[in-house]
Amino acid sequence: MTMHTTTKFAQEQLETGSDTVPVAGKWRHWKRRRDPGGVEWLLFDKADASTNTLSADVMAELDQILQNIEAEPPRALVIRSLKKNGFIAGAEISEFTGYGEGEDTEDVVRRGHSLFNRLEGLKCTTIALIHGFCLGGGLELALCCDYRIARSDSQLGLPEVLLGLHPGLGGTARLTRLIPPVDAMTMMLTGRAQRSKKAKALGLVDYVGEERLFAAAVGAAVEGKLKTRRAGKKISLMNWGPVRRFLAGKMEQKTALKVRKDHYPAPFKLIDLWCKYGGSKSQMLEKEPAYFAGLLGSDTAKNLIRVFFLRDRLKGLGKDSKAAISHVHVIGAGTMGGDIAAWCAFKGFEVTLQDREAKYIAPAMKRAEKLFRQKFRDNGRLAKAAWDRLVPDIKGNGIAQADLIIEAVPEDLKIKHAVFSDVEARMKDSAILATNTSSILLEHMRDDLKRPDRFVGLHFFNPVPKMMLVEVIEHDTLDPAVMAAMMGFSAKIDRLPLPVKSAPGFLVNRALMPYLMETMVLLDEGVAPEAIDASAEAFGMPMGPVELADQVGLDVALHVAGVLKRDLEQDLPDMPGWFAKKVEDGHLGRKTGQGLYSYENGKPVKNKEQSKVDPAIADRLILPLLNTCAACLREEIVSDADLVDAGMIFATGFAPFRGGPMNYAQTRGIDDVVDALKSLEEKHGGRFTPDAGWAGLKR
Amino acid sequence: MDGARTPFIKARGRPGPFTPVDLAVQAGRPLLLRQPIPPNAFDDVILGCVNVHPDEVNPGRVAVLRLGLDTGTSGWTVQRNCASGMQSIDSAFRAIQGGHADLILAGGTEALSHSPILFRPIMVDWLADWNSAKTLGAKAKLVARLRPGHFSPSFGLLRGLTDPVVELNMGQTAEVLAHQFGISRLAADEYAVESHKRLAAAHANGHLEELEIMIARDGRAYDHDDGVRPDNSVEQLAKLRPAFEPPFGKVTAGNSSQITDGASWVIVASEKAIKKYGLKVLGRIIDSQWASLDPKIMGLGPVLSSTAMMVRNDLDMTDIDYWEINEAFGAQILSCLAAWRDEDFCKSILGLDGAFGAPSQDRLNVDGGAISLGHPVGTSGTRIVLHLLHVLRRNDAKRGVATACIGGGMGGSMLLETA
Repeated sequence: MTMHTTTKFAQEQLETGSDTVPVAGKWRHWKRRRDPGGVEWLLFDKADASTNTLSADVMAELDQILQNIEAEPPRALVIRSLKKNGFIAGAEISEFTGYGEGEDTEDVVRRGHSLFNRLEGLKCTTIALIHGFCLGGGLELALCCDYRIARSDSQLGLPEVLLGLHPGLGGTARLTRLIPPVDAMTMMLTGRAQRSKKAKALGLVDYVGEERLFAAAVGAAVEGKLKTRRAGKKISLMNWGPVRRFLAGKMEQKTALKVRKDHYPAPFKLIDLWCKYGGSKSQMLEKEPAYFAGLLGSDTAKNLIRVFFLRDRLKGLGKDSKAAISHVHVIGAGTMGGDIAAWCAFKGFEVTLQDREAKYIAPAMKRAEKLFRQKFRDNGRLAKAAWDRLVPDIKGNGIAQADLIIEAVPEDLKIKHAVFSDVEARMKDSAILATNTSSILLEHMRDDLKRPDRFVGLHFFNPVPKMMLVEVIEHDTLDPAVMAAMMGFSAKIDRLPLPVKSAPGFLVNRALMPYLMETMVLLDEGVAPEAIDASAEAFGMPMGPVELADQVGLDVALHVAGVLKRDLEQDLPDMPGWFAKKVEDGHLGRKTGQGLYSYENGKPVKNKEQSKVDPAIADRLILPLLNTCAACLREEIVSDADLVDAGMIFATGFAPFRGGPMNYAQTRGIDDVVDALKSLEEKHGGRFTPDAGWAGLKR
Repeated sequence: MDGARTPFIKARGRPGPFTPVDLAVQAGRPLLLRQPIPPNAFDDVILGCVNVHPDEVNPGRVAVLRLGLDTGTSGWTVQRNCASGMQSIDSAFRAIQGGHADLILAGGTEALSHSPILFRPIMVDWLADWNSAKTLGAKAKLVARLRPGHFSPSFGLLRGLTDPVVELNMGQTAEVLAHQFGISRLAADEYAVESHKRLAAAHANGHLEELEIMIARDGRAYDHDDGVRPDNSVEQLAKLRPAFEPPFGKVTAGNSSQITDGASWVIVASEKAIKKYGLKVLGRIIDSQWASLDPKIMGLGPVLSSTAMMVRNDLDMTDIDYWEINEAFGAQILSCLAAWRDEDFCKSILGLDGAFGAPSQDRLNVDGGAISLGHPVGTSGTRIVLHLLHVLRRNDAKRGVATACIGGGMGGSMLLETA
């Protein structure tokens, strides 16, 4: 896309008041200005950061500023961010990791509480002027103001639950009094952010508009003429004891359907807090810090915060790339190719999607339309623009224009070579050729290439819109600049790049296969599929391995298992004969309606009575996975244990509250893991032999 | 110069999957993809479109923005009814000839299936009264006044195809010509059958090089003009009831152009632009001509405009290798040919010394025409110019004329040569 000079001119500047003069005092993170009418603009611009977060020093400065304001109150106070990306993204999460359980954590939380209480108690009119992100502590701060005015691009939310927490700066008490508690609790239980329009409908913000209207909107608020619409009666009714307790019971039931209380305590604690104390704002405010501090000390929160930083680390790997990629050409419009193309178009890239005939591309376009509609549900214009960026291309005209060409044709070396020779003849010198192979070694593919230095692996996971990880596969003749460009590209399409060496199955599939193969051995031994799935889910896997195999497709699983058995020296179990027979008979899993389970309306038919949880089964499944992760580390396929954890969590959903496989092994104790493997080895043979890599992992 | 078009999709009684600009984007993207032209290089974008969608006022400019061209590229829309898509090319040609521009994207688009269904004036008046009624009583009175007749819709498409001055439907103008030149129902039907055969053969032989595939949001793939009926026979067509002047008329749905949706673009470039960007050249525009006549016989427009253009360029029938005459109606095409052969007509109307002669059928619409692939009104002009260039190149021929009759009583012609 080109940026015409007029487009730049058309962008509106942040409204920060007119004729304002600085207020005496010097602050690192804040600017204070007052206008002739006595309205103070308190402008938040966190030093050395691109995003505003409420770190300890920011809060300390705010404390001093509030003292000044209390001493010399303005007519009104407007709080606004000077960052482009938004208001405030939340607390400074890196400061969460220092706290243990108990008293001192609660003290820190209480200090924040009293600061926010003072903001809420200011005598003057207070207005939060919001744009972009307004999340977590940021929204809690805005909730202390009399008015919230939001630009139309705002997203307001309390996502603490995703870190195993709930709001801890008074948000639980204030939100359940500003908007109907059912909406408030839903926001906090799901962590989902609300866009401006919805936030206005909920009563969370009082006015939605653009920069050009903000001066007038602030003026109206200062004069007390800004109309607010709050559902007062509905709110008090829902907060009334009997109704509240009934609603809390319903919420608990609904939440239990989604997550287990033993794995994810935060939502249940939040419901408990509201149920017990929601009748009185001051009581709820009083109790919130203890609840919050308790959660902050839990393993779940610690591990989820760790996952948060792993995500940050992977995102950061793509930060330094300066590669200019704007056009992506995808070859092969199957499930993976089609979804990769749609995702790139959704993320703003020009995309051409190539296949032999229109009819092969058509299903991918249909799925793309569904994706765009889902993602841009309140904006048909953006959905249309994404659709316009995705061009079906049976002649491969996009190859000559593309900066990146991603091959996603069937896993057949002959087909791939044919594609590569066509592409290399037409692609730009500066373009990059990537393969989405999941099982073929890059060394085997690059042999006939003219420019092996510009050839790289870019391994996405199914379904692309859900699975955050992309394995970026290196090989010995790859240009490091190309590797860096792919890390950057992955980050640009909002996926998490994981650098991986070219080796059979790379990291994720290699670690996952022993887990799936052991599942088949268990089935062979007569263990009910329901029991296997239930045991894995009780461990914390998002989906049991039997169901997972059906979702991946038994044909794909069989193929990858075969490749790994052939190419790896690792001791792997044989796939039972009946498994190959199922594939032959066309019972491939969910896609055919019949696999290891049979399917009704896309859902597996399970016998609930068989769903007995057995930790020994979980061990037999998980330990081979851990063992393989240790082997991958020893073979330096991935450079450190944190990256292994990141890969397995973001590609397979491996129990995030356990912090990933290697973190789990450390928590359980390496010795214990090795002992457990040894005793399984005695019973079941060499496939459980502890990997040599464990010794080096002991801390 | 290069060009592309979408498949023409038959209107099936309800709005099709694409709006006019949707179609223009579908045709434009693959065309622009294969050009070494940066997005800010076009001086102008001109799009022919007759039935503009209410969400896409000035489709030319909407297309600029949706095609990912530079925001600083202007875009506008031309409307010369059935030749809007030729008018856009002509406007581009004139601008470049005059030295005002070097590179213009010109085309046409039409989604006849999206033609509006309108309220009748009586209902519009009622709605106006309703909006100004203030009291409940006044509103009740208005409700009591409503009759079923208020709700009967008026079809924009039918109204658009009726000449507002002579009050003849386009099909009726073809009936007038068939009468004047003694064109039989059988001849018109035979012509229509041949049109379908030719289009089917062109599809089979890959002769529609300008055709790009198109996929709708519901996942339906369009890779050919779906109005084609290769197994049509004269006997079948003979069974159809005259559509406009039953029971004795000659013009039927079978020997008229079809109502379809589609879009087409061509790139018009100066020599300078061709050199600058290293463009592939399909052919050259030598001249163009518009002519006007009584709306009642609008179908003869091509005869007037083409003859004038050829005379000015010192050309006679033998100098033209291939013809594209837009097939509004079988009887209308045959009337054009008859007129050119008619000594009286040539003398009295065209001011020639004798009969001018007509193109032979094996040089005319060799890959079918609007009867088989449809006539998206704003698009056809671009399609015939673009397709004629492909026909000329395929046959190693030099010179051709693309021409269309225009509802309201006009004709437009363009003289083209391969480069």
